[in-house]
Amino acid sequence: MGVLTPLDRPNSYIGRSVPRPNAKRLLAGRGRYVTDITLPRMLHVAYVRSPYAHARIVSIDAQAARKMPGVRLIATGEDLAKLCTPWVGTMDHFKGMKSPPQLPLPIDKVVWSGQAVVAVVADTRALAEDAAEAVYIEFDELPAVVDIDAARDPSAPVISPELGSNLCFHGKIDTGGVEDIFANAAHVVEEEFHFGRHTAVTMEPRAIIADYDVSEAKLTVHHATQTPYQFQDIYARHYGIPESSVRVIAPDIGGSFGMKLHMYHEDMAVVGLSMMLGRPVKYVADRIESFVSDIHARDHRVRARMAADTDGNILAMDVEDVTGIGAFSAYPRTSVVEGNQVYRLMGAPYTFRNYRADLQVVFQNKVQMSQYRAVGHPVACTVTERLVDMIAEKTAHDVFDIRSRNMIADDAYPCTSPTGYQFEALSHHACLAKVKAMMNYDGLRAEQAELRTKGIHRGIGIATFVEITNPGPAFYGVGGARISSQDGAIVKITPAGDVHCSISVTELGQGTETIIGQIVAEHLGVDRDRIKVMTGDTDTTPYGGATYACRGAGIGGETALQAAKKLKANVLAVAAAILQDEPDRLDVQSGWIVEAGTGQQRIELSEIARIAYFRSDTLPPGTQAQLSVAHHYAPQGYPFAFTNGIQACHLELDVETGLVKILKLWVVEDCGRVINPLLVDEQIRGGVVQGLGAAFFEECVYGDNGQLTNGSLADYLVPMAVEMPDIEIGHVETLTLDTQLGAKGVGEAGTAAASAAALNAINDAMKPFGGTIAQVPMTPARLLKALGHI
Amino acid sequence: MSDLVNVTMTVNGTEVSHSIAPRITLADFLRQTLELTGTHTGCEMGVCGACLVILDGRVVHSCLTYAVQASGAAIETVEGLSERTAIADLQEAFHQRNALQCGFCTPGMLMTAHALLSQPGVPTREEIRDALSGNYCRCTGYEAIVDAIAKVARDRDAGVIAQASEEVGAWAC
Ligand code: FES
Ligand code: FES
Repeated sequence: MGVLTPLDRPNSYIGRSVPRPNAKRLLAGRGRYVTDITLPRMLHVAYVRSPYAHARIVSIDAQAARKMPGVRLIATGEDLAKLCTPWVGTMDHFKGMKSPPQLPLPIDKVVWSGQAVVAVVADTRALAEDAAEAVYIEFDELPAVVDIDAARDPSAPVISPELGSNLCFHGKIDTGGVEDIFANAAHVVEEEFHFGRHTAVTMEPRAIIADYDVSEAKLTVHHATQTPYQFQDIYARHYGIPESSVRVIAPDIGGSFGMKLHMYHEDMAVVGLSMMLGRPVKYVADRIESFVSDIHARDHRVRARMAADTDGNILAMDVEDVTGIGAFSAYPRTSVVEGNQVYRLMGAPYTFRNYRADLQVVFQNKVQMSQYRAVGHPVACTVTERLVDMIAEKTAHDVFDIRSRNMIADDAYPCTSPTGYQFEALSHHACLAKVKAMMNYDGLRAEQAELRTKGIHRGIGIATFVEITNPGPAFYGVGGARISSQDGAIVKITPAGDVHCSISVTELGQGTETIIGQIVAEHLGVDRDRIKVMTGDTDTTPYGGATYACRGAGIGGETALQAAKKLKANVLAVAAAILQDEPDRLDVQSGWIVEAGTGQQRIELSEIARIAYFRSDTLPPGTQAQLSVAHHYAPQGYPFAFTNGIQACHLELDVETGLVKILKLWVVEDCGRVINPLLVDEQIRGGVVQGLGAAFFEECVYGDNGQLTNGSLADYLVPMAVEMPDIEIGHVETLTLDTQLGAKGVGEAGTAAASAAALNAINDAMKPFGGTIAQVPMTPARLLKALGHI
Repeated sequence: MSDLVNVTMTVNGTEVSHSIAPRITLADFLRQTLELTGTHTGCEMGVCGACLVILDGRVVHSCLTYAVQASGAAIETVEGLSERTAIADLQEAFHQRNALQCGFCTPGMLMTAHALLSQPGVPTREEIRDALSGNYCRCTGYEAIVDAIAKVARDRDAGVIAQASEEVGAWAC
């Protein structure tokens, strides 16, 4: 008390926990999700899907279905191919990567089980489903390519023969010297890791309404997506509609986590169906369809080894990652980005300089795999952190000591990783010390030892990580993808002195609109409740990248900050003209023009606006008030703003049943400037729980024939409240100096390291039994196997 | 397609009467026929809890209930509870604690919380987590939801917010 902090200035909102104004309507049941939207004369589509993972389409008979009640259109791949040009999910900077062309619906063969083949459009979804059952498709089943090793066998059937093999991409990194180091190292540890496929399971499934107006040749798409401009570009290019005639609106979105920024075949088809019919067509994936058509994530097998000297100083890593991505690479972001991040993020927190890695990205007859929250990070983090623990064990170091011995010093920045990532400033040691204190590490170890004597087996695991955020054009643009890394904002003052900000970053519930409001309020000098933020509409916001790869706060926030400053300068210019004063002697506070030094109120902002808009005749001659500004910001400086942090997991393993009780999670995270601690912490918690889901429950299980065997919410386990722990969060704030705001991203940090910390904790718990595990999810059966019980 | 049937029920205090296909679920009836879109569907198989509504004083999965089964019943949805301010303290606590992100699970969460807090006593965190086991949330990680419900439980117990006690049964199907 009594001490003034930066938060005590007027309108100082950055750094303050404020709730989200836009959450109130969601709490009242007044959200407006795409699933809720009904348009006049709207029709509904259901898809007939392939029961086979790999088959030739011999014939399609829709005669009977066409006569069913309410049916308006039945369309096949050939019908849609007349309107839509094919797309190919490759980027140029992944040298040698390949992927076959894709169409909304296939023409001659299906390449995964559940692939949509025929579209049935009817007055209601139920009628469309009735008619879909009457469509008869004859398939000629082909051998399914499922396993990542079998897929690479020279004798394997090739899913896309024109590509010559089932290899999408082969990448190598080699700093040199690795072979020698391993040959002579005092300690070498190695392990084979398996990361199961899992999927986003957004509570609102994918949903889209395409509304093509034939009279004006204009397309409006209500699309549950986090990246409206990306889809505007895609629909315009592939359907040959001028870009300015395509409007994509993303209203309230019921979760996305990266899943809703990929091009899905059903969604692309909906646009064509609306063009054929001249009526709005709606598609909402039901949950079963979500499991067989939403992107899956991960699916990696990593063989890795790490070398250290006698003292436990890590010398080198050698990694081989094979990942299965489905039958083609996703569009437009590709399915190589995850593997690319896996093999470039390995060992990132540590000082060793010698690294070799091999990445193979493999086609198979499964649902497409692509970017989902924390792309690649959990894989790189789990492999690295488990190997570090194994070195600790070999060299009799504590898990904290081995890390502090090997992590990059907090004063060693800027520096680069062996894989070429440039780190501006990270804080591994500060985070490590902080988490150790938060969790009372020594106390937990003492308790663990005591409980072991009573047959209670608790485990403590830690995992340190770096996260890629605020990506510049190096991420997608340089590869030829039309995905923007800049953002734009329009900020304007209304005649009443309120503020309206429309911005290209999007709201998914993470709080984008709230933090943009905080930033504009602080830098313009107005109260937060006078600001309205608009997002998610290509017709009403400036062009920009929107929300992906943890860029909303860092890049969108900086855009808003600079726009607000520009507008403030305009306001002060008009105010100075009215007050016959100098702009630099004035300031804006709480909606008033004040004297800069004293804060003495001179004239209200609403009065400036009134004069500017209604009585411009009273302004001094030559004064043109500019009370709206449009401003764009593209990241410059470092290609990415890396963040870092550490997670610690405490759990109890029932060694008889393999059941795990997760007791507690601690996270210390450094995302630079924390704009709203309340929202940041909830991003971390939500992310951690998705990471724990991957660690213990979530897996898309396939049979040998390429059938997904657990594609329903009853069979696929997502974390429930009762299984999840409380999560304690601490922060270290190392600002990025690339922006005035200093913020980096935080949305993926929770997911990046939770499964690694959990895996290390489980291995710690199993230590008395000599069992180890290197596979997620760590199901009870796998744990009992690791313990030697089954 | 089978013939239409008449259903009459009271929804949020208002009697409604419609001719509907017998296969229409209560969730679809509320969302599509009555345009009460606050009730959501996330799985349509009774797992996720997004579709919970109150039917004659008990919380039920509207995705597993046919609208015709609700004929003659009194239904209350999140819109109704909001309008008669029955859950204003819960909504405020959720808002302040940021116990929602995308908000898709939220109406169902509020239903479960409303039912739980209508029972006597102050539930522990464990009991709250247990009660929420039929409500999936993919965004929040649950802790904020538990915090918000715990706060309202304490406040109501302490009489901070005068709340007419109202009996709502835990979910039934
Ligand atoms: S929609 Fe999931 S339980 Fe009803
Ligand atoms: S807030 Fe998004 S599912 Fe709960």
